[in-house]
Amino acid sequence: MTIYESNMGNRQLLDTATCFHCGETCKEEILPFDNHPFCCKGCLTVYQLLSNNNLCGYYDLENTPGIQQRNPVLASAYTYLDDEKIMQQLLTYKDENIAKVIFFIPTMHCSSCIWLLEHFYKLDPSITNARVQFMKKELHISYNPKETSLRKIVTLLSSLGYEPAISLNDLEKRTQKDDHRKLSYQIGVAGFCFGNIMLISFPEYFGLDSFTQGSFSKLFGYINLVLSLPVFLFSAQDYFIAAWKGIRSKFISIDIPLALGIFVMFARSTYEVVSGHGIGWFDTHAGLVFFLLIGKWFQQKTFNTLSFERDYKSYFPIAVTVLRDNTETTLPVTSLSIGDRILIRNNELIPADAILLNGDAHIDFSFVTGESDPIRKVLGEIIYAGGRQIGHTIELEVCKKVSQSYLTQLWNNDAFAKDQRSSIESFQQLVSRYFTIALLTTAFVSAGWWLLMDPSLALNAFTAVLIIACPCALALSSPFALGTAMRILGKHQFYIKSPQVVEQLAHMDAVVFDKTGTLTQPSAAAIHFQGKELTSSEKQIIASVVSQSIHPLSQKIKSFLAQRNLLPVSTLKEITGKGLSALVNDQHIIIGSAAMANIVQQANDNLTTKVYVTIDGKVLGYFQVDHSYRDGLENVIETLRPCYDLYLLSGDNEKEKTTLLPYFKNASHMHFKQLPADKLSFIQQLQSNNKKVIMIGDGLNDAGALKAANMGISITESTSHFSPASDVIMSASMFEKLPAYLAFSKNTLKVIHASFIISLIYNIVGLSFAIQGTLSPLIAAVLMPLSSVTVIAFTTISTTFISKKGGL
Amino acid sequence: MFILIGCSLLLAIGFLSAFIWSVKSGQMDDDYTPSVRILFDDPPQQDKTPDNTSLPKT
Repeated sequence: MTIYESNMGNRQLLDTATCFHCGETCKEEILPFDNHPFCCKGCLTVYQLLSNNNLCGYYDLENTPGIQQRNPVLASAYTYLDDEKIMQQLLTYKDENIAKVIFFIPTMHCSSCIWLLEHFYKLDPSITNARVQFMKKELHISYNPKETSLRKIVTLLSSLGYEPAISLNDLEKRTQKDDHRKLSYQIGVAGFCFGNIMLISFPEYFGLDSFTQGSFSKLFGYINLVLSLPVFLFSAQDYFIAAWKGIRSKFISIDIPLALGIFVMFARSTYEVVSGHGIGWFDTHAGLVFFLLIGKWFQQKTFNTLSFERDYKSYFPIAVTVLRDNTETTLPVTSLSIGDRILIRNNELIPADAILLNGDAHIDFSFVTGESDPIRKVLGEIIYAGGRQIGHTIELEVCKKVSQSYLTQLWNNDAFAKDQRSSIESFQQLVSRYFTIALLTTAFVSAGWWLLMDPSLALNAFTAVLIIACPCALALSSPFALGTAMRILGKHQFYIKSPQVVEQLAHMDAVVFDKTGTLTQPSAAAIHFQGKELTSSEKQIIASVVSQSIHPLSQKIKSFLAQRNLLPVSTLKEITGKGLSALVNDQHIIIGSAAMANIVQQANDNLTTKVYVTIDGKVLGYFQVDHSYRDGLENVIETLRPCYDLYLLSGDNEKEKTTLLPYFKNASHMHFKQLPADKLSFIQQLQSNNKKVIMIGDGLNDAGALKAANMGISITESTSHFSPASDVIMSASMFEKLPAYLAFSKNTLKVIHASFIISLIYNIVGLSFAIQGTLSPLIAAVLMPLSSVTVIAFTTISTTFISKKGGL
Repeated sequence: MFILIGCSLLLAIGFLSAFIWSVKSGQMDDDYTPSVRILFDDPPQQDKTPDNTSLPKT
């Protein structure tokens, strides 16, 4: 220890040492190695492994890049990866010498991670290649299947803290991501043609006909025609498809005037070139498609590391240990059948409703019910799927299939079958419906008028109206405003599924909060000691006793006391559901409930959890667990109250009703003991009263309500953790800013309104030329890009401006 | 004049095909990682036995 201290120089070690690997403060012990402090065995092991392989560059790139390794994953946890069927589904490619696999690694977070993962071959030479795609948090690995196995790779990754998230979802076919590439091609082709057509049209713009003479003019026209073909046939095809779909489902969208404009422009230009009348509008045509595609691309940039569609399948494990004829085998969860006997180890999840056969079950149902205290189950009781066993291995008999268990049935509710298309019509849809009707009317009226006046100009005017009124700027304003808003919100850890959600967010008028995990902070469930202040030797004694127990309350007390040197404990007795008694230094310690400590409780004391401590029969006091509410809760509720109806739904009992009443004011807006299905139906009931509901929740128990609500916001401590399917994933640390986000979405809507007016003005100016039959290609070529660029600049700048003003 | 126009178009088509190739080979799929990757230096090798370093020590 002394060498260690002197070497570390000015760093204050004993009190404030932070782990060299993970950067956490060393609370319980300090393990020195190579002149660096480590907080636990796990972190130290990783360091040793890396330093043995010359991989310490990991620590040079960033300070303390590592991931906490206090609870290493059991080696047996991945035995299912040896199963041929599961392996086949995970691998993207396999032959004799090479196998490829893509892992999703949620804990990947910095450049050190990239460095280490890409040097993974140094740890296992049978890995031939490792590539990271950081934005998607993916690791692409190629390895030699003769020398290593998938299981070994995953185990090695997990031992470093980079545990790949493998879940049932992965086993279903991945959706192809070709869409993104296709758009890239379309933009590339449109941009290429747009640029070249512009270049070739220059002589026409400047009236250089005398120089080029007739022959060149004709040649340029044909070149333009050829260059426009790929734009018309390839780049713009999605608009025709969308318009056709819209017509078939009798739904007037903005795609119809767009497709019409593109088509008419191309057809008329072709006619003019072929008949030798002029050179047409090919430049405008290509430019329009190019700008539209850019808008689409801008809108398509979503947060692809986050999954907004997760259901129970991504929460459940892939495989489970099954006992058959007294031998343990691993079986994919999907092929579990009724009557199978399964083994659930510490911290493993129960995948199907099952009956407890053997062992001491403490089940943590926090994800299902929101209740954080583990529940003890007795032999023969049914344990619902979704619970997590804490403690020793238990044996269960499956009594329902995975897809039919109590929890997963929630997903059979109609709310999950409903179409993703929102019930709220977006502003763009609303406007474009009227716009389309007005546009077609104008086109026909002007055509009719010219038929009477001068029939030779009729077709000219008709097509000119359709060309100039093609709502390019209109179609661009929404994507750019919403896309910018989405990225600003994303920077503030408010991740939105798609840009349209920003707009819908502005229409909501009721907010429903879940309690546990949403209003309360699960990790900081604070503990405090009530009684005479504990001396350091008393603390040491208590910590020594509670460290012998795996009960979550004991663990909480242990970390609260933060003692490093523990004393030997003898004659430890743990009475389940009551507490601990033990001998330390010949002193008799009892830690546990009031009954265990022989204390008569007052009648109203039952609502909070208290852990009493007595030493040699003398009561020192008790530890009390309080739920701590999130920072700024009062502020959030006060700011939201004027604009929104606020409700509380909790799976918990009513013990906190009195503390929360001052926030919500109205007791009839607070509902306790709500089962997952109750929450769902409560939301639907609000909706039937014409409320547009935001549901804010975490865990699986809120999954139904999140889905049923017009807007589901799931709140999560870390975005790499599980969050149920929702429209928005929000970082818990930003809870205070919720009102600011909602206000921002409303302001974004105003920006869209303003930009619509701007683009309409452009359209009216253009139309005034068109109905007179005097629209020249040059005016169109100037007006179209000009309107697009103004709208893009206006929306992007003003959206950024209002976000700054709104304090984001 | 005709030749010049032809040349300019050919050149442009060349760039277009280069773009299509780059998309196809996956260069547009990830626009963040390469910017970090380029900053990695190989650490100076302390022991001059390069064969050993690539094998894990047990």
